[in-house]
Amino acid sequence: MSKWMNNIALVLAVGAVTWFLAGTSSVMAQEAAPAVVAAAAPAAAATIDPAALSDLRVGLDTVWVLVAAMLVFWMNAGFALVESGLCQAKNTVNILAKNFIVFAISTISFWVIGWGLMFGDGNLWVGLQGLFFVSGADNSPALGSAYASMNPFSTSVYEGVYSAINWTPTPLWAKFFFQLVFAGTAATIVSGAVAERIKFGSFIVFSFVLVALIYPVSGHWIWGGGILGSTPGESGLAALFGNFRDFAGSTVVHSVGGWAALAGVIVLGPRLGKYKDGKIHPIPGHNMTSAALGVLILWLGWFGFNPGSTMAAMNGSAIAHVLVNTNIAAATGSLGALITAWLLLKKPDFSMVLNGCLAGLVAITAPCAFVTITSGAIIGLIAGVLVVLAVVAFDKVKLDDPVGALAVHLVNGIWGTLALGLFYSTEIAKNVAALDTGLTAGPQFFQQLKGVVLVGLFVFPVSLILWYIIKAIFGLRVTAEEETEGLDIGEHGNEAYPDFQIASKG
Amino acid sequence: MKKIEAVIKPFKLEEVKEALTEIGVEGLTVSEVKGFGRQKGHTEIYRGSEYTVDFLPKVKIEIVLGDALIDKAVETIVKAAKTGKIGDGKIFILPVEEAVRIRTEEKGEKAV
Repeated sequence: MSKWMNNIALVLAVGAVTWFLAGTSSVMAQEAAPAVVAAAAPAAAATIDPAALSDLRVGLDTVWVLVAAMLVFWMNAGFALVESGLCQAKNTVNILAKNFIVFAISTISFWVIGWGLMFGDGNLWVGLQGLFFVSGADNSPALGSAYASMNPFSTSVYEGVYSAINWTPTPLWAKFFFQLVFAGTAATIVSGAVAERIKFGSFIVFSFVLVALIYPVSGHWIWGGGILGSTPGESGLAALFGNFRDFAGSTVVHSVGGWAALAGVIVLGPRLGKYKDGKIHPIPGHNMTSAALGVLILWLGWFGFNPGSTMAAMNGSAIAHVLVNTNIAAATGSLGALITAWLLLKKPDFSMVLNGCLAGLVAITAPCAFVTITSGAIIGLIAGVLVVLAVVAFDKVKLDDPVGALAVHLVNGIWGTLALGLFYSTEIAKNVAALDTGLTAGPQFFQQLKGVVLVGLFVFPVSLILWYIIKAIFGLRVTAEEETEGLDIGEHGNEAYPDFQIASKG
Repeated sequence: MKKIEAVIKPFKLEEVKEALTEIGVEGLTVSEVKGFGRQKGHTEIYRGSEYTVDFLPKVKIEIVLGDALIDKAVETIVKAAKTGKIGDGKIFILPVEEAVRIRTEEKGEKAV
């Protein structure tokens, strides 16, 4: 009894003190404000503390980067909903499980070695220093000397082994986390294309290697100081490539995921019954509500993906430009797909509209900081048209992709990368991306094209070999029996909807 | 005792149930089924490919009644479930050998 009384008394006391302080301080602030401001002005001019301003600056940039990274993390929820919604109910647990666990795996593999290969100082092809566990020397948020203007209050210069990313005034773990969620996105792209017939364990193995080895190598070429993103070298391959731009990852993330997914779809084969007697038998998704919600979550997540790639708040105008470009491409992508589906397929298939939105987002991911808003709208519109045509085309050549991942991420990852060249604006490249190449649209397009080809020539065959190795050691595909019964039971011993009577076509 | 199995359009269930209650039917069993007769399915298009959905959702009502009420019940169901459009459904009448009320263990017509 007395113990309760003590607790209640304590709570009341704390509450009273808090209320008193809040009340008095606000009163004081209101009365004191003019006096404080008047007193501060002359004093402030005399005593700016650069260290404090630097901290403030770094703090603001870091908060932006981390919040943006959290939005990108949340895209995993979007992918889980879209993919499970567009697939059959009997595989729901399996699809959710793949999307869930792939981020956990990416977290580990990117930490263990992925970050080091991607951003470690090295050569044109791969990072060689600070490879393991993000343990290389690094004094972030100190900036490289070329980037002093990003934080003019800072007194230290970057010293460390992750020089490729020493232009962002944020601490090392903030950069790491931001890049980690991007790597996770590439891995989760694969899960949709291989859904409803892949073994859970085999998918886990592939994802680990994708994020540990494949993604970071091509990433190094583009963002890690490697052959594509740099100024062209003097001779040989180094002279051929270079000046490739990809602001937030149409190539680095989306087409890398797309190429890996394409390889998987080829090795796996189509779902049972999808292509029978020369006809395409649709296997409709079981929950359009999930699918729609998933795409909206992805749309929101992209507001972290693209604008976050400034990796600094600065005065906000770059972020705002990229954000609006991102949004408008999503909008015109949706509309482009809507119109195309309506004309081509007689009715506005909602799953196509959803794919159209994502296509626009993927396509604007590279060029968002290099093109005007009008260009962004056009790029998105074309993406929406492309995705509808691509979905139909992949089915025609019997490449079974239950959710349209290939049409969205591979085709439009490539389109977005090329569009950066076609719509390249020097003014925007200078003022928004601060990454002008000095090229005009034509030559920029060719550098983009070369990059697309180089990345494809690496990621696709390597992924193909990896899938075949996994197939040989672990097996890749579930048995026909399990596929018919549903992977929820076979792979997990769970049911997603145990209370419902599901009518399955098997 | 006879059993009526009536397959009707799902939206007609409430109307049929009310009409049966009015003529003194005290219990019935309902299940959600799929089926088709001469009313064919329809064509849908999903992600660019056409497919026919042959089976349409229907509702099946099962009632066991004493002989005296059967004809009236059939007439009532027909009247309530008819729309005049194709797909209205069918009624089947089957003989019932025995019926038991589980709570009281009564048998025969007393049990229905």
